[in-house]
Amino acid sequence: MTEAAIAAGSRGAARRRKGRLSPLGSLWDVARRYPTLPAAVLLLLVFTAVFAPWLVPVDPFKSDLLARNTPPWGFPDGSSKHLLGGDQVGRDILSRIIYGARVSAMVMAVSVATGVGLGTTMGLVAGYFGGQLDEFIMSVVNIWAALPYIMVALVMVVLLGQKFWVLFLLLALLSWPGAVRLVRAETLSLKTRDYVAFARVAGASPPRIILRHVLPGVINLVVVSATLSMGSIILTEATLSFLGAGIPPPNPSWGAMISEGRRYLNDAWWVASIPGVCIFLVVMAGNFFGDWLRDHFDPRLRQLR
Amino acid sequence: MRTFLIRRTLYGLAAIIGGTLIVFGLSRASGIDPRFLYFPEASYGTSGDQWERLGRELNLDKPFPVQYALWLGGVLRGDLGQSLTAQRPVAEMLGQRFPNTLKLASVAWLFGTCLGVPLGVLSAVKRGTAWDYLGRGFALLGQTVPTFVAGIMGILIFSVQLKDTPLALPSGTMGEGFAIKHYVLPAVALGWLPAAGYMRLTRTSMLEVLDSEFVKLARAKGVAYWKVIWKHAFRNSMLAPITFSALLFVGFITGTVVTETIFSWPGVGRLAADAVFGNDFPVLAGAMLIFVVMYVGVTLLLDIVYAYVDPRISHG
Repeated sequence: MTEAAIAAGSRGAARRRKGRLSPLGSLWDVARRYPTLPAAVLLLLVFTAVFAPWLVPVDPFKSDLLARNTPPWGFPDGSSKHLLGGDQVGRDILSRIIYGARVSAMVMAVSVATGVGLGTTMGLVAGYFGGQLDEFIMSVVNIWAALPYIMVALVMVVLLGQKFWVLFLLLALLSWPGAVRLVRAETLSLKTRDYVAFARVAGASPPRIILRHVLPGVINLVVVSATLSMGSIILTEATLSFLGAGIPPPNPSWGAMISEGRRYLNDAWWVASIPGVCIFLVVMAGNFFGDWLRDHFDPRLRQLR
Repeated sequence: MRTFLIRRTLYGLAAIIGGTLIVFGLSRASGIDPRFLYFPEASYGTSGDQWERLGRELNLDKPFPVQYALWLGGVLRGDLGQSLTAQRPVAEMLGQRFPNTLKLASVAWLFGTCLGVPLGVLSAVKRGTAWDYLGRGFALLGQTVPTFVAGIMGILIFSVQLKDTPLALPSGTMGEGFAIKHYVLPAVALGWLPAAGYMRLTRTSMLEVLDSEFVKLARAKGVAYWKVIWKHAFRNSMLAPITFSALLFVGFITGTVVTETIFSWPGVGRLAADAVFGNDFPVLAGAMLIFVVMYVGVTLLLDIVYAYVDPRISHG
């Protein structure tokens, strides 16, 4: 083969000769290596959440009774004024989806941060100090894990009211046991490492040891666990909102939109379906992203490639 | 072994006490006088005398531990209080609905195992083929689509568009007109998530076992392929799904609440969901009690079974 042919031969052709299946070039290969689609969905969510007030075409709280149950654009009777249709009191569904994304993203961020943060702290403490403190913490975690979560959630909402802080507390408690167990297990194993022993011999105080030496070893797992619990937090928040125990009205919430749209499944099926699809997409993106993170960053799964 | 069992039982009891304490304690600690829960609209129209009498009835004049002990005593006698919205004893309402929930949960669980486990086996045995992707796609949907979305989509597709499957009849008691077909949609909606879990678990276990030495030995000996799958691989991979069933159970409780609400199924879950709207605290407390006891009982039982079945585990 001439040099020109070799040089001019596209990488695609070379790959085809080797039997690889993607003739589209190296960009596709790069895209395959990283979780581009899930990350794109999640970025879209964050973008929508942050820029919601500027993105909404119509005020999501304004009901226009003339536009009740308008079909989405593209269907008969649909108008471009309501791209995804109107709900049962005439509010624009697209705007409510956007604002719902904002509320969901905020709730998720706060809950995951709180839950995983608290769980990590307790896991570190339990794992490092051991003994009765460890027993106590693990008993609390086990007892909490034995309770049916949704019942406790419902009871709390009935008694404490349907407020944001109740929701944050509940969702933080959802991911908390997993984080505690994970961090504690890893701390137990890291505790035996040499560098921890050296630090102790050098006279470092326990908080310093934990923060400077143990925590960096645990942080990988924490990030992976937080991302993976994102999916279940969204699902739980949607379920609670659906039951009327989640995001307080009148804030738009995807779960609540589905609940309200249930009655109109026969005629205005889009009111309930569109939020459902959104929930599905976000949860799937979160799960895939978390899986990829775990495959790449979980130290326990490290293999020689 | 014995200490392990005792320990597990103690944990179970602690969970029951913990759950009920949460319910009880929250109602006292939330700062609202529980009498306000019994008289909506800020007790308008109640005479001072009635107020006092209710206070004595609810034992509000006694210290908190005594209150809790008295409530617990009532529970053991079968008295769970009176529903605020329906003015009927909570125990009676729960007792009436509990069998319905049990029926739905059983059918859903059957669906989960009968579909999930074979799919998992198929997916493992035919790894990488279209069957594998089909199975994994099924599992993915089951885990990402929330139960209530699956239920609503089911209603949309089958009942509204195809006019095929009927919805559950919104009657208070079952038995009049309930047929197998009424179970289909709710059981599928409820059982999809468990089916997904079983499928993934079975697939992983099977893949591990299929790669193991003794399977290779059996194949080398010349044992027929299907016999190898069934006799050797399958039975050894069943331990994990058994433990999984315990974890599954708590998911069922959540799923029941949602599924029963969508399909107007006359069960405990819907009772609990309605109680949230109606601020019916005694019903919620009773439902919580039932669920906690059930969950603790089932996990304890499964732990015992698992401890006996798996010879590799030794408990000191």
